[in-house]
Amino acid sequence: MAEKSGADILVQCLVDLGVEVVFGYPGGAVLPIYDALYNHPTIKHVLVRHEQGATHMAEGYARSTGKPGVVLVTSGPGATNAVTGITDALMDSIPMVVITGQVPTQLIGTDAFQEADTIGITRHCSKHNYLVKTPGKLAEVIHEAFHIATTGRPGPVVVDIPKNVQIATAPYARPELKVHASYRPQTKADAAGIESAVEMLAAAERPVFYTGGGVINSGPQASALLRELVALTGAPVTSTLMGLGAYPASGDAWLGMLGMHGTYEANWAMNQADLILCVGARFDDRVTGRLDAFAPNSRKIHIDIDRSSINKIVDVDVAIVADVGSALDDIIALWKQRNHQKADLTEWWSRIAGWRARKSLDYAESGTEIMPQRAIADLYSATKATGKDVIITTEVGQHQMWAAQHFGFDAPNKWLTSGGLGTMGYGFPAAIGAQMGNPDSIAICIAGDASVQMNIQELGTATQYRLPVKLFILNNEYMGMVRQWQELTYESRYSNSYSDSLPDFVKLGEAYGWTGIRIEEPKDLEAGIRRMLETDGPVIVDCRVARMSNCFPMIPSGAAHTEMLLDPSQVEGVMSDEAKALV
Amino acid sequence: MHIQEELSQRHVLSLTVSNEAGILARIAGLFTARGYNIDSLTVADITQDHGVSRITIVTNGPPKVIDQIIAQLDRLVPVHKVTDLTEAGPFVERELALVKVAGVGEDRIEALRLADVFRAKVVDTTIESFIFEITGTTDKIDNFVGLMRQIGLVEVGRTGVVGLIRGKEAN
Repeated sequence: MAEKSGADILVQCLVDLGVEVVFGYPGGAVLPIYDALYNHPTIKHVLVRHEQGATHMAEGYARSTGKPGVVLVTSGPGATNAVTGITDALMDSIPMVVITGQVPTQLIGTDAFQEADTIGITRHCSKHNYLVKTPGKLAEVIHEAFHIATTGRPGPVVVDIPKNVQIATAPYARPELKVHASYRPQTKADAAGIESAVEMLAAAERPVFYTGGGVINSGPQASALLRELVALTGAPVTSTLMGLGAYPASGDAWLGMLGMHGTYEANWAMNQADLILCVGARFDDRVTGRLDAFAPNSRKIHIDIDRSSINKIVDVDVAIVADVGSALDDIIALWKQRNHQKADLTEWWSRIAGWRARKSLDYAESGTEIMPQRAIADLYSATKATGKDVIITTEVGQHQMWAAQHFGFDAPNKWLTSGGLGTMGYGFPAAIGAQMGNPDSIAICIAGDASVQMNIQELGTATQYRLPVKLFILNNEYMGMVRQWQELTYESRYSNSYSDSLPDFVKLGEAYGWTGIRIEEPKDLEAGIRRMLETDGPVIVDCRVARMSNCFPMIPSGAAHTEMLLDPSQVEGVMSDEAKALV
Repeated sequence: MHIQEELSQRHVLSLTVSNEAGILARIAGLFTARGYNIDSLTVADITQDHGVSRITIVTNGPPKVIDQIIAQLDRLVPVHKVTDLTEAGPFVERELALVKVAGVGEDRIEALRLADVFRAKVVDTTIESFIFEITGTTDKIDNFVGLMRQIGLVEVGRTGVVGLIRGKEAN
């Protein structure tokens, strides 16, 4: 059999696995792979400006297309720079394969130039990782890495390839897809759990669907099935940050997001429910609030593909270990087979109407300043008016929560945000990755003035590949969420939360060949957004918003769903040490 | 180009370490990070106050690598002392194994006969099976297991090696 070099084997595997885009940055320990990619006919390489950018681009690409994101970086600093993005993908269950160069095998362990223990460093922040010590193993490992990254609960897989393994040769044959000896995620639910779920749903008087990112990960079919089951049962739906879009924000049963910055109606419905159907969510602390007061009188059904998510934080009555789509399909089939009819939930819905009437997302307009909520709402209506497919990414902070609250998502895979890890610097590269995977969509990153600076160097990447991403910065000259917590917790001692020495974002964009727009007055908001959307090519918008505006409603740390703060007048400005100590 | 491997030697290392959380992870992590091999690893606390554990590691590698392994282990903050028993002089090494063998008739008798030769004890029995407890060097256990495989080996559990320097001094 003809022998191929490790680098050629790797590239052949990527081709065979259908990889179209690789986000990466070259360096000494990956030169053989870069040579194999030189002028490659089918694999497009996106040269980033910093390896962290590559990982978030891969995440944005993966989340918006449903395909795994692929990252290629060199050893040492290349790999360590990728660690934040790998961790982010683990927390948010994003399928990603990260290929790292490594020093040649005979130098491993000698503190060689640009050596880092990539496998050791990434062991606890990846779903799985490999050090490939011989080219003969490479094909099998690459295929297995993609299999593990994309199946079960998706996540990042790291493959560390020493430089001599890239150069050495081995016989190559395309590996067969083998059944793995130990990795066999359960995707089909046990019948007993499905039956209990159906009967509990049919009997519930105050049901709530609590859905999460698992619905998105399961694929568009799962979102369609969720909508069908919601229609069959007539139950209201709330979602985590990660699950937005699975059920449409324009749907009748939509309560809005739940949790710390969720709506009044979503949190009260969770608190008063008699049945909670958790679909692909994981009872995160941002969702539950104080645990002993979380949904106290409800029975709970939890559908999750990850067995370890079940009973981790909240004990549930029925556990369904399965792929969300498959489980919803089974529930719908049995519901129909048993001829269950929609229960009369009139009383439940009238209570929900009462909570909705509090209009918890309302905010006071200032008149002189642009309210950040208004900027998002206007962005939403303007993008809707274009009739085009829109993908929104965010950084992390107040703007992220305002975007979740005031932008309506009607389809899955259109909302990309760092939920679990809360990575500032995620959104802008994620938008570049999403644009790469969806050239006909409008990819917009809603950013804050502080977050955007964490990966601002990727302006050059968008320019280089002519990606018309829109970077919409809500500039309040603060790390707004930090400042908000300092107001809530530390009597407004603003320790290091002011964004001093901000760059001129318009000039900065222009320096990279972008169009720069500044919006300063409420009267210019609509026109500015329209100009951004109508401008070809990448656009950076410096939208100056009310500096001291805070994100409400809010459940303070350690409080219950029923103890929401609806507006700034309810803020006391002091907090117990116990509450301060919570995340 | 093909990748060449250097010839390896087997070494038994004995470490005393502070019995603190994460020590085993540190040592295992060091071995994987630097590409060293672990053939077996045992750990248990050995002092009355449970403050110190002995870890015995059987590893293999070229002499220079073994030297590095010892130096790297010694550099870990919670490691008190590293002794290369293979280099330090005569030492005793023992491993314990539980060996489950199934068979009837002549096989059963032969199993007992071999167990006697190897001074293995019967610690569990049914009409059709035995579990033998055997102590000895790794080689001896390998041999016993190899013979039992021909008779009807069901499964094996091994502790890995522990070792001490001969003579009256502690090391």
